[in-house]
Amino acid sequence: MTAPGGHRSRTARYVLAVDQGTNSTRSILFDSSGRLLAIRQHEHDQHFPQPGWVEHDAAEIWHNLQRLIPDTLDDAGVSATDVAAVGIANQRETAVVWDRRTGQPVHPAIVWQDTRTAAYLETLAQRGIADEVRACTGLPLAPYFTASRLKWILDNLPGARARAARGELLFGTMETWLIWNLTGGPATGVHVTDVTNASRSMLMDIRTLRWDDAMLDLFDIPRALLPEIRPSLHIFGECVDLVPGAPIAAALGDQQAALFGQTCFDAGDAKCTYGTGAFVLLNTGTELVTSSRGLIPTVAYQRDDEPAAYALEGSIAVAGSLVQWLRDQVGLIRTAPEIETLARTVEDNGGCYIVPAFAGLFAPHWRSEARGVFAGLTAYVTKGHIARAVLEATGWQTREVIDAMNADSGLPLRSLRVDGGMTSNHLLMQFVADVLDCPVVRPLVAETVSLGAAYAAGLTIGVWSDFGALRRNWHRAAEWLPTIDATRRDAEFASWKVAVTRTFDWVQ
Amino acid sequence: MPGAIQSIERAAALLQLVAEHPGELGLGELADGVGLAKATTHGLLRTLRDVGFLTQDSGSGRYSIGTGLRQLADSRLDPHDLRSYAMNWADSLAVRSGEAVRIAAVVDRVPTIVHHVFRPDDSHQVLDTGLPIPGHATALGKVLLAWTVALPVRPGPLDRFTQHTITSSRVLARELVEVRRQGWAAEVEEQTVNEAAVAAPIRGAINRVVGAISLGGAVDQVCDSRGAPRPHLIEQLLDAAHSLSRDLVTARR
Repeated sequence: MTAPGGHRSRTARYVLAVDQGTNSTRSILFDSSGRLLAIRQHEHDQHFPQPGWVEHDAAEIWHNLQRLIPDTLDDAGVSATDVAAVGIANQRETAVVWDRRTGQPVHPAIVWQDTRTAAYLETLAQRGIADEVRACTGLPLAPYFTASRLKWILDNLPGARARAARGELLFGTMETWLIWNLTGGPATGVHVTDVTNASRSMLMDIRTLRWDDAMLDLFDIPRALLPEIRPSLHIFGECVDLVPGAPIAAALGDQQAALFGQTCFDAGDAKCTYGTGAFVLLNTGTELVTSSRGLIPTVAYQRDDEPAAYALEGSIAVAGSLVQWLRDQVGLIRTAPEIETLARTVEDNGGCYIVPAFAGLFAPHWRSEARGVFAGLTAYVTKGHIARAVLEATGWQTREVIDAMNADSGLPLRSLRVDGGMTSNHLLMQFVADVLDCPVVRPLVAETVSLGAAYAAGLTIGVWSDFGALRRNWHRAAEWLPTIDATRRDAEFASWKVAVTRTFDWVQ
Repeated sequence: MPGAIQSIERAAALLQLVAEHPGELGLGELADGVGLAKATTHGLLRTLRDVGFLTQDSGSGRYSIGTGLRQLADSRLDPHDLRSYAMNWADSLAVRSGEAVRIAAVVDRVPTIVHHVFRPDDSHQVLDTGLPIPGHATALGKVLLAWTVALPVRPGPLDRFTQHTITSSRVLARELVEVRRQGWAAEVEEQTVNEAAVAAPIRGAINRVVGAISLGGAVDQVCDSRGAPRPHLIEQLLDAAHSLSRDLVTARR
């Protein structure tokens, strides 16, 4: 396939990735070997109008991107006509509603972390429709997903539902908002969403990949508001101003983009991104695998004219944030990396286990009433043991998610590809390899989210010919192999499981 | 107090005053407080700020104790902090050079590998992180020996690993002079036959050497036909060392 837009430079071979994240927006330029040439980043304001509420200003985010893209090209000394394609990765499940004519948001964007709709979803659960929602969308009735946030805006912004029904308002997640603006906004903007983002909306049938009338009725969402669902690897439109004529050739949710950037293209390939929380995604191929163990089936990616590839997702609420807690709230370490120094002062956890159920437990337990515990404390336990227990908590939570994935999918994990800030902790990475009993591998390019967006866009327009070409760009930067004695591993896992049960039923 | 150095006494008085009133005093109050002319006080404050012992609020112009002073009692850079700062630079050096990258620091008085990025060819490699290295037989070790005061070269014969290992402490001392002069160290088949590496210092606050970064691989990749390290690799190495040092100083100020 060749790029549309006759004025693309014939030698265009750079791919621009936009990573619209929760805290910042980044613009990153890659060359055709997947090498990072320039990166620009701009944080945006986080608004917390009430406890549990989190909002972003979508106009600020678009404004930031308008500065980031030219600066990135300047840094690399690359002309806009040399950009072969643009790919977008974005924070998922954040709801934006804007005026089709003015192009201005009509309400602050409600962010995926926002829990204002929890009580409403509880009433839905009491009506006994959780099974129906799960059967259609694959998703549990949690405030995590987009539909209840969109409904909240329509319910609370005067006149919004009527305006939406008249087609005056548009809704989308962040990729929808950015694509609409990049392709010309009110004049010529294309109103589309990618299927991975749509799979997190709770409005799409996870099998047909279309908006579902029953779900639209349930949340009282006018269809006129909704973007068209498109494959992830697809020419969404052409940029008008910032990179004139460059095709937007991919859009993916950020975790799906990381899976793509890690080149997890085959069923059974899995990655884990270790940030403040951790996200494990396992490619399950073209087969939708539903979970009886608290994992979320989701679309991994879809190419034009091909069936979607699915993934199972397991999210861990507290990973790196437990280390931050030890630094900021407890004061046991001055910097996050120092936890490794402290943990290495001892040989093991001294019998101490920490289960960080700070706001309940996510996958595979989904216990919102659970709260954290220190278990197994004796007079023997030192701060070194506590540091170990903090790191081990992330390892054991990964093990629980992977066990559930293996059982649900029947695809035993061969190796786990890792990225994110916590991969700088070698003690933790070794522990993950030990508890999973499989190799843990870190790739050379750490920016897997933006790399995934670039790979997907470049593949769509032919910068790369096929998955094989992308796999050849992937290089191992580090590998940890299991070394622990199996008896010890099993005994410690048993202790961890007991510790987990001690967190249950705390909030009455 | 015979031999007391006046400017140090004055600096100490200023630090004491700032510590008692953090974020409250500007140049005028501090000059009055220690009974010095504004110009003299300004010079002292600027120097203390430049070494990280004081910070100045950019809005109000008032002074507080800087992180540099707070960290002084335990100013050793944690090796895992060093790795965390180094990750991106080490990764991109491996991408640019096509060679394995290692970072070493002195841990418990022993030169030790604290970070390792595989050569990007997907061949079988094993992480060296945590391994001690012989100071005299490795590029990383020579850099650490050349700039670490607390790591003296002991007199007497040194362990031999290959026929090219430097085993005389006198020869080593001469080589370390050269390392300090040129700003980097090389190792050509001195620890392992057929392998070569170049290393450069990583500098923290006040230009202090806090570690070393190297790239290394097969001798015919790293060195030219005369056995000298290839200039473009040295340039890439020094670029990475410089960028990492700059990050380190900015981040820890």
